[in-house]
Amino acid sequence: MMITSYSQLLYLAMPEVIVVLTALLALASDLLFFRNQQLRVRFGVAAGLASTGCAVAIGRLIYSSAQANVFDGMLVANPLTQLVQVALLVLTIVTLLLCVDSTFTEHVGEFVLLILLATTGMMFLVGTQDILVIFISLELLSLSLYALTAFDKGTPQSSEAALKYFLFGGVCSAFLLFGFSLLYGLSGSTHLTQIALALHGSTLNPLIVIAVVCTVIGFGFKVAAVPFHFWAPDVYERAPIPAAAFVASASKVASFFIFFQIMLLGFAPVEGSAAWMRIADGWVPLVTAVAIGSMLLGNLVAIVQTSARRLLAYSAVAHAGYMLLALVAHTQQSLAALLYYVITYGLATLGIFGVIGVVEKQTGSDRLTNFNGLSRRAPVLSACFFVFILSLAGIPPLAGFFGKFYLFVSALNIVGGPHGLLWLVIFAIATSAISLYYYLQVLKRAFVASPPAGATDIQTPALTQAVIILLAASVMLLGCAPHLLLSWIDAAFRATGL
Amino acid sequence: MLAWTIYISFLGALALLLLPKGSTTAARLLALAAAIAGFAIALVAFLQHRTGELITITRVPWIPSLGIEYHLAADGISLCLVLLTGVIAITGVLFSWNIEQRTKEFFAFYLLLIGSVYGVFLSYDLFLLFVFYEIVIIPKYFLIAIWGSTRREYGAMKLALYSFVGSAMVLIGLIAAYVAAGAKTMSLGSLAGFHFSPHFQMAMFPLVFVGFAILAGLWPFHTWAPTGHVAAPTAASMLLAGVVMKLGAYGCLRVAMTLFPLGLSSWGFHVFGLGSWRDVFALLAIIGIIYGAMVALVQKDFKFVIGYSSVSHMGFILLGLMTLNQIGLSGTVVQMVSHGILAGLLFAVVGRMVYDRTHTRDLALLGPMNLNRAIPFAAVTFVIAGMASMGLPGFSGFVAEMMILIGAWRAFPLIAVCAGVGIVMGVVYVWRAMQKAFFVEDGSAPAQSPLPPITLPERLGAAILIGSSIAVGLYPQMLLKIITPALNSPLFDGLREGGWR
Repeated sequence: MMITSYSQLLYLAMPEVIVVLTALLALASDLLFFRNQQLRVRFGVAAGLASTGCAVAIGRLIYSSAQANVFDGMLVANPLTQLVQVALLVLTIVTLLLCVDSTFTEHVGEFVLLILLATTGMMFLVGTQDILVIFISLELLSLSLYALTAFDKGTPQSSEAALKYFLFGGVCSAFLLFGFSLLYGLSGSTHLTQIALALHGSTLNPLIVIAVVCTVIGFGFKVAAVPFHFWAPDVYERAPIPAAAFVASASKVASFFIFFQIMLLGFAPVEGSAAWMRIADGWVPLVTAVAIGSMLLGNLVAIVQTSARRLLAYSAVAHAGYMLLALVAHTQQSLAALLYYVITYGLATLGIFGVIGVVEKQTGSDRLTNFNGLSRRAPVLSACFFVFILSLAGIPPLAGFFGKFYLFVSALNIVGGPHGLLWLVIFAIATSAISLYYYLQVLKRAFVASPPAGATDIQTPALTQAVIILLAASVMLLGCAPHLLLSWIDAAFRATGL
Repeated sequence: MLAWTIYISFLGALALLLLPKGSTTAARLLALAAAIAGFAIALVAFLQHRTGELITITRVPWIPSLGIEYHLAADGISLCLVLLTGVIAITGVLFSWNIEQRTKEFFAFYLLLIGSVYGVFLSYDLFLLFVFYEIVIIPKYFLIAIWGSTRREYGAMKLALYSFVGSAMVLIGLIAAYVAAGAKTMSLGSLAGFHFSPHFQMAMFPLVFVGFAILAGLWPFHTWAPTGHVAAPTAASMLLAGVVMKLGAYGCLRVAMTLFPLGLSSWGFHVFGLGSWRDVFALLAIIGIIYGAMVALVQKDFKFVIGYSSVSHMGFILLGLMTLNQIGLSGTVVQMVSHGILAGLLFAVVGRMVYDRTHTRDLALLGPMNLNRAIPFAAVTFVIAGMASMGLPGFSGFVAEMMILIGAWRAFPLIAVCAGVGIVMGVVYVWRAMQKAFFVEDGSAPAQSPLPPITLPERLGAAILIGSSIAVGLYPQMLLKIITPALNSPLFDGLREGGWR
């Protein structure tokens, strides 16, 4: 179906338009009417407006399940992209609600604006198959995230982290753009399927190799995979809590989805294989190497961390490694597994950041020792913390376990029989056994260690507590009844006709 | 109905957390009530069970797109172990009556553990079984790390990591079997009926078997057991030795051996005289028996003696599994029940009756306290438990180990002889510990202030455990009449065809 009318184009991009308008509205109302109010009120209003906007966009996405492909893949709308966009918007709403009680900045309107702009970037990112649009929306996302990271102007470390993030990100974007330009040169098209057609039958010549490597660098940076992960610990540690939570959750979802699409659609002819004893050149072995590095390094380095946020950053590196298994398998089932994994991972991570935020506010820093005796100081909060951490560790019946299980099943369920990737799955499961150690170390502080002398109860703001409880409940619910999300993903696949 | 053993335990745990602060007695009573309710349900099911039948308790689709079902079912083997869990659960609560610190949380973790143990024994879907199997790890860790004693954090972490590595190995095997069968089902019955290629079975069997056997204390992966048992509070050691180690053994029998029966058959070549995984594991089992007994013989810490004796007795269970004959396998299940009861009793004496009063477990220090006069009840209980654990006729241990020995004799005569030596050594280490801890006659009167007397919950707990051991010992047919038909059920067809004699 070919639509060329711009009104129809706008109609198709309605959810994104809604989000952008909401962003402007939130900024304008904050600057015009609420400037002199208390910070909490300003955050409340701006976040409330923004969440409402996101909710409207979600409604729009759900009720107009249109299938369209405009300008040869520049803007794609199908149930699958809509599902991912809904997930992104949900994560954004949670992030917005978590920042209501923040005090790190006076520039409330700008902060909310940047979050929504990043969301817009992510929505365009998942709704396209054109490398040019991919690059532009990726830049919109990245630039918003750099600014969000630097938003805590009170501490120089926040700026330092943002600068590191920016420099790294800039270089990786340059690589990505270079790779994309090679792809365009090779194929004469910016559309992923056209590129795949053009590459079809060609051998793995140096140009293609460079294009593949550059693409993996660009997205490896976004998903914080080894060796492009250096920004992650700093950003996680020093960015304001909502910004860090946003980087760790929503942006992961979008990046992984589009990474999968590019590799699967664009580089299909040069995939190669990572099967045991049958390794063939292509992007799959390259991604396999990145995945192995991430799982190993992330899990090992996380063991020695003393700051909760840095620990989370390295565990995120490890999780990126697991999720890359889905790319290595690159089947439809593995995409479903990836989506399940990354969405539930996003929920759990948001929850952990929520808890860290509360603890940090009351005790002054996110050092692990500040979590000592948390279960006695804030029983409800630490019960939720328990759920999130164990979900990341992959303990049933929480969502993280089913995510891992499904991912590993899909990695074995590939053409050529289960023996092919068994070695990689064994490796992944073995490294996840390492991860239990450091996750239990964190829980040990909260539940076993005694609280510091004279410690008082930790007060959690009501809204934050409600959001955290809701997140914990959803992590448990999705773990006990995975088909709630799974059947939705499957239905989206069927409706999309994949 | 039987499913309510699981739900009651979980609901009990939840209710405990919701109790107001400081309601210690209410917490104890609630935990006891939940444990008794679980046991009562198990007992009713046990009495109503018609031999040879596989009762389907619940079967509903759970994750339809992957063919995973919420499927609980019980046959004779699982019923015996469910009953054991009920007994240990009640006595465990009785023996932790003196927990004062964070009582609510203690019993909440305790009931969570009990509930998941019931879950493992009742699951018929492998995914479900694995879910329960992994839940067990977490409460175990916290029970030891929070309420434990000697090197508790080390012991707890070691235990958690060993269990997690074991379950990771199991997970690999289960996923591989699921994908290789390609049938979109995780049901134990269906997967056991699927004929995997012999090569695949040879590769997967040791993985899954060792994964489960780590928890059953298979030498050389047993090292978590003594440290974990010693560090754990009494109730947790009772559960660990009593039922959690049985989870491992149950998994070996129920999952590893039924899914991959050909993994036990001959390799077709010999390495150091070992011709199959069966020989390898039989050898490891006998090493465990002898090694556990020898190490128990030289321990200075009373609880370590019992810890290593568990390794030794669990060796009998693993040896029994490898006999692959009717009598050996039946004996194994009886031994699971028997060792569950006796290990629970021994740990209760050492941890609760002695250590909580004397605050030492050093055998050299315990001797001069003249414990046989200070707390005669503990001494008598230990003598009875020790006798039972040595294999005195009339107690459960005798029947079980006898059956395993006969089974082993038919399968591996040489190893059976070594196992006999292990039994003799069992007599020696129990005797030594008994003598050193309770019956040192140095004539001096007990110097310290008198020890607090044995309380009613302790007496009750000890009576229940001794009573159950004697009941099984005098009338083993009670268990055997439902175990034997279960072993002859279609689930074990593959095992029977692949070398059962």
